[in-house]
Amino acid sequence: MGEQGLVVELGDAIDPAVNARVRWLARAVVERLGAEVLEVVPTYRSLLLVHDPVRVPRARLAARVRSLLARMPADAGRDLPGRLVHVPACYGGAHGPDLDEVARLHGLSPAAVVERHAAATYVVYMLGFTPGFAYLGGLDEGLATPRLAAPRPRVEPGAIGIAGTQTGIYPVASPGGWRIVARTPLRLFDAARPSPFLFAAGDRVRFEPVDAARFDLLARDAAAGRLAPEIEEGGG
Amino acid sequence: MIAVLRPGVLTTVQDAGRRGHRASGMPVAGAADARAFALANLLAGNAWDAAALELTLSGGAFRFEREAYVALGGADLRATLDGAAVEPWSAFPVPSGGVLAFRSAADGVRAYLAVHGGIDVPPVLGSRSTYVRAGVGGFAGRALAGGDRLPLPAAPAPRLPPRRLPARLVPRSGALRLRVLPGPQDDRFTRDGLATFLGSAYTVTNRNDRMGYQLEGPSIEHANGADIVSDALLPGAVQVPGNGLPIVLMADCQTTGGYPKIAAVIGPDLPALAQARRGAEVRFERCTMAEAVAAVRRERRRLREAAAAVAGGEAR
Repeated sequence: MGEQGLVVELGDAIDPAVNARVRWLARAVVERLGAEVLEVVPTYRSLLLVHDPVRVPRARLAARVRSLLARMPADAGRDLPGRLVHVPACYGGAHGPDLDEVARLHGLSPAAVVERHAAATYVVYMLGFTPGFAYLGGLDEGLATPRLAAPRPRVEPGAIGIAGTQTGIYPVASPGGWRIVARTPLRLFDAARPSPFLFAAGDRVRFEPVDAARFDLLARDAAAGRLAPEIEEGGG
Repeated sequence: MIAVLRPGVLTTVQDAGRRGHRASGMPVAGAADARAFALANLLAGNAWDAAALELTLSGGAFRFEREAYVALGGADLRATLDGAAVEPWSAFPVPSGGVLAFRSAADGVRAYLAVHGGIDVPPVLGSRSTYVRAGVGGFAGRALAGGDRLPLPAAPAPRLPPRRLPARLVPRSGALRLRVLPGPQDDRFTRDGLATFLGSAYTVTNRNDRMGYQLEGPSIEHANGADIVSDALLPGAVQVPGNGLPIVLMADCQTTGGYPKIAAVIGPDLPALAQARRGAEVRFERCTMAEAVAAVRRERRRLREAAAAVAGGEAR
């Protein structure tokens, strides 16, 4: 893409195996080509490598990437260690204004939607849209729901939404068309923290239902900078 | 301090951009016209990437509460210092209490006001650039408003004479022929679609801002629908949504997007687009990677020559 971006496409689908290959290649590039590449941006199904075309000619970089790809195992990325982040989520009511509609569309009770949504372990496929927005793969197919016909002008920070077969978390207030089923008090992006972004591609996520009173308590802690997310390192 | 008397249409603190956080979804932001920004900084006696003000189209008045040495680059906003005209692409001292005021642009869109020492707002993720949509960086994460007071570094202004950028280094405005490298999704367009894109004149619509320039003209035919599974974006990338009309992404563009990208405008040709107004005609011209790299080298040479001209006293 232009003179400073090499795009490596590994598929054209939202697919756990494709995304695992993307993560494998992202890691290989950082480890093996770190000195030649300025930024590595993994997405659902491709990788952007930003480079200085004067210092690192495109042809040379492309050849290096091809040789990494030649060594990619068939099950690449399946067992990469990823952190497991526990995300408290208050479903329904003011924090999940679309929960009832999502339940109705699938002929489920709201409680059944919550149960299914909180049962899965998700993988952060990529970040994008706004700083720290986490696109999660692994939604129960029975919960797949199209976007709203008209986007909301304002979605609250921490809102957890469904769009098609994806679920995701809004880090900052923004317009948005995803069906909002819950909200987390965790701050996904805070420039003042030593680690400003809560998530990185490859992290695993589990939602843990909390009631509105618990949400308010956690939100107060978050506002005071006292809410540390529960994170398990490593694991496959 | 600089007191903002009138903010102008859209005035933000910008530097060379917030690099290294695209994987977290953080746009680069930074000066939309990177060339004019860098030249203004060099004229002010700064490193090329110091934080400066980016003014847009019209307005802005600033009272300097201490002596300063400043430079103007980019669009000609017909600036005055205490009522007397000052030239674009020049640098000059401002006395304590001096008021620098801008009117509507005679030509171009974005002007840069560089102050010796740089605008001293705190860096966020390594950059002082403002990304307004997420309220990140710059002055309180937003465009300037009347009554704001911008911090300047503590060091006193240098005693430097007024100077001008040598004419041979001043960017020339002319026909917008933007060189592009095809891809990464040029295979998502028909042969006719590619020919339309490269063979037609497009015009800048009023939907143009720091995120992107939407163009009007002949519709570009997709080969297989207009939706792709989202992947990464860079400033310069040319997205073509379902209506077939190209959008050239600019400094504030999102890091990912779901429209196919037929091509990308090379970096050295983006400053000209950042100065284009509604109605301006744009043509895309295919180039090779070798030509693109040569253009990047020329761009860097121009900045080295500007720095040498300032240091060697040629700029006067």
